[in-house]
Formats: sequence, structure tokens, C-alpha cells
Amino acid sequence: MSEPITPSQTVGPFFAMRLPWPDGPFVVPEGTPGAVTIAGRVYDGAGNPIPDALIETWQADPEGRFAHQDDPRGASASGYRSFRGFGRCPTSPDGSYRIVTLKPGPLPCPEDPGGVAEAPHLDVSVFSRGMLDRVVTRMYFPDEAEANAADPVLSSLPEPGRRATLIAVPAPAPDGPGAPNGSPAAGGASAAGGAGGSVLRFDIHVQGDHETVFFDV
Amino acid sequence: MTSGSLVVPSYGRPRGVHPPPDYSGYRSTALRHPKKPLVLLPQRLTEVTGPLLGEELITPTDGDLTGQHDGEPQGQRIIVCGRVLDSDGRPVPDTLIEIWQTNAAGRYRHAREHHPAPLDPNFTGVGRAITDSGGNYRFITIQPGAYPWGNHYNAWRPAHIHFSLFGRAFTQRLVTQMYFPGDPLQPIDPIFNSVPDPKARERLIAQFDIGLTQPEWALGYRWDIVLRGRDATVFEGGPDFEGGEDQ
Repeated sequence: MSEPITPSQTVGPFFAMRLPWPDGPFVVPEGTPGAVTIAGRVYDGAGNPIPDALIETWQADPEGRFAHQDDPRGASASGYRSFRGFGRCPTSPDGSYRIVTLKPGPLPCPEDPGGVAEAPHLDVSVFSRGMLDRVVTRMYFPDEAEANAADPVLSSLPEPGRRATLIAVPAPAPDGPGAPNGSPAAGGASAAGGAGGSVLRFDIHVQGDHETVFFDV
Repeated sequence: MTSGSLVVPSYGRPRGVHPPPDYSGYRSTALRHPKKPLVLLPQRLTEVTGPLLGEELITPTDGDLTGQHDGEPQGQRIIVCGRVLDSDGRPVPDTLIEIWQTNAAGRYRHAREHHPAPLDPNFTGVGRAITDSGGNYRFITIQPGAYPWGNHYNAWRPAHIHFSLFGRAFTQRLVTQMYFPGDPLQPIDPIFNSVPDPKARERLIAQFDIGLTQPEWALGYRWDIVLRGRDATVFEGGPDFEGGEDQ
């Protein structure tokens, strides 16, 4: 270590001037076969929606690989040309966001490449006014009960009771009343899914009784 | 998968550099910070990779915020440039930087901005750049103004430019603000002072640079940005990487 790092500062209330991109929520173009829509809301410690947050997601492709020089296995042979891996969506006045993507594959663990696998997941960053640094969580998939049970992160949480805050829940239909993950309260999903694609609901509670598990990365 | 050889880099975890999540001087943090302890996340494949976004996002006027309209914006023209490095001193090349700021009068071009200062029809206040192979970036813009905010009585933000950086990995993502030297509002600004270490705080302030200043045209400011570095010891003995450099 030689250079001291630059500190974080809040994204503030005016990031919408620059950071949202028209295609930001689309990790793959809408209508891509097999696309899944992840929709949810972001809540503060009083249970109110946060209308000025920015959600970012980062994930592997459906084969569990990254087109990046630090994935030692290299990119998937099939390429997934339209797959960016990265999603970005500002929240609406009702605190809602949505990301359209492909479900990632499971990932080998560097400490045990032939054995333990990480269950399919997205890394999720939340930025907003009132956050001096981003907060980071993960989203896992509800149809992966076996892989989730073996996942090294999910299975080693200090408070196993909060595990549900990291797992999305199936949303019955676009605009329908999905059951929020980790929360008994019902709320309507205002972010609609793409035509024909499945929809998952992933709410993020920054603070409060249903506080999402956040990570030190 | 190559069984038995999956070596990934490891990024340092800075302590005491970033602001605490709960900072009473900045009121909006009260309901917007996790109250439970963060869970340590081992850095695996998702964390040591990241989006490599590039030239496809950049248009020719993105680096010159004074050249995005038909006329010249009001205010002091400035050049802001510097290097993006990691904490091991290595340049971070080909990484996207996004910036946004007020105009010379201290007004953001944003629907929720209520400061009664004039908008400038010739200034939007947003820019993008990609670092070159040496980690260098450069913007031409206008000196932003101070502006009032509602945090406390007579609260004014010191002049600043918002910066968003990706680096090469999810762990390196950074959103921060660049300040200007000699601004009397800095000592009383809760956001600037939320950084606990005074020396770390100083690293948010650009340096005036007469060598960068262009005669008869624009003042020059230099600001280097340092992202988290990689633990070199983990890299030694790693496998040959098959991934291309520019994907």
C-alpha cells in the first residue's frame, strides 16, 4: 500500500442529472428470451419509500462466468453479446426500481473450485442522498433452495433469521400484489415485468424491523 | 472450470477512510443507514470483477461541459484533470468517470432543485470521460458555485463536482465529490467533514496548477483519485488468464 485512497461522499439528491441511462435497467434488452425482471422498492428506517436512490446490480452470465480478465476461466464461449452484466435504475417517487436481466449461473468458490459453489446471485449497490457511502447487499433466487442452502454466504450469516431478506420472492403477475421478501407487510409492485418474462420481487429495507443484510465488501 | 486453480485477486478493505454511515451532522443519514453490523463478504468472483464500460457511452462533447450548447456558458472556465490510480500506485486505465455539478451561480439543472439562482441555457453540468492507458482523465468545465441546502440554518455546500467511478472491479466502485482549494465553506460543511481523518479529507480537494492553466483561457486544477488496491501476494503464482484485456 502506497497511495491512500480517496474517501466516499454522498451521491446527493441530483445524481439523476447524469447517472441514469435510458437502457440502464436493461442488463439484456427487454424481450430477450428467458429474461427475468427484478422489481422492488427501497425503504428507509421509518418504512417510507426512498424516492431518490440509485440501484446498481452486477452478476455473472447464465453460465456463471464474467467477461473480465480477473475471471481466470475466461468468458463464456457463447458470448452473450447483448448481456452487460451491469444494471442501473434510479428509484421512482414510490421507491420502486426494476432491472431486466438473465438469471446468472452458479459460481465456483476460489477456496474450493471443484466443490462448494456459490448459488446464483446478484451483487446490489444502493446509493442515495443521506448515504455517505453506498450500501451493498446480494439478491438470491427463490427457485434455488438447494443451492441457497449450500451457499457459503447464505449459510454462514451471523443471524440466520435474516436470510430471507436476501432472497427474492416470485411476483405472481406484473402490477400484482407480490409478497415482499422478508416482510409480512403487503405492497403492490408498481414496476411491471417485460412481456412474457418472469418477475421477482426484491425489496430493500435500509433500516428497521426488516433491515436487509448488508455486506462489508 | 479448471479444478484446483481458481486464483482471484483480493482487494484491501480500507478502515477509517470513508465516512461513517450514521453521521449526526448530516441529518438525512438518520433513517438511511443500516443499524445492524455489516456482514464481512469474502471477495469471490462477483466482487473481483466489474462492468468494463467503455467508449460506446462517450460522445465527443462529454468531456467539455462548456461545449454542449450553441453558446458559451457563464462563469470561470476551468480544466480539471488527473489520474485514477489504485492504492498500489497502479494506473486504472479504460474506466468510466461520470460527473455532475451546479452552474456558476450554484444551480443544478434538476427538477427538484429549488435554489432561486439563474439557470444557464448554455450549461447542463454533466460530463463523462474514459481514462487513457495511463489512468489519465480530463474535463473542461465551469467553476461551480456554492448553494444553500436545508440541513440546518444557513447551510451552504462548498463548491464541488460529483464524481462517479467504476474502476475494474465491484470492490473499487466509488462515488465522491471534488472540492476546490481555499473554500471558506469547507470547515463548516457536514458532508465534507463526515470524513473522519483530516488528511483523508484533504484528498478530496483539487490543487490549483499554474502549469495546467492555459494563458488567456482557463484555470487548471489537478485531482488524482485513488481506488482500493489489490493484494499483490494473492496474485503471485496465479494462473494464466484467458480473458481478453478489452472485453
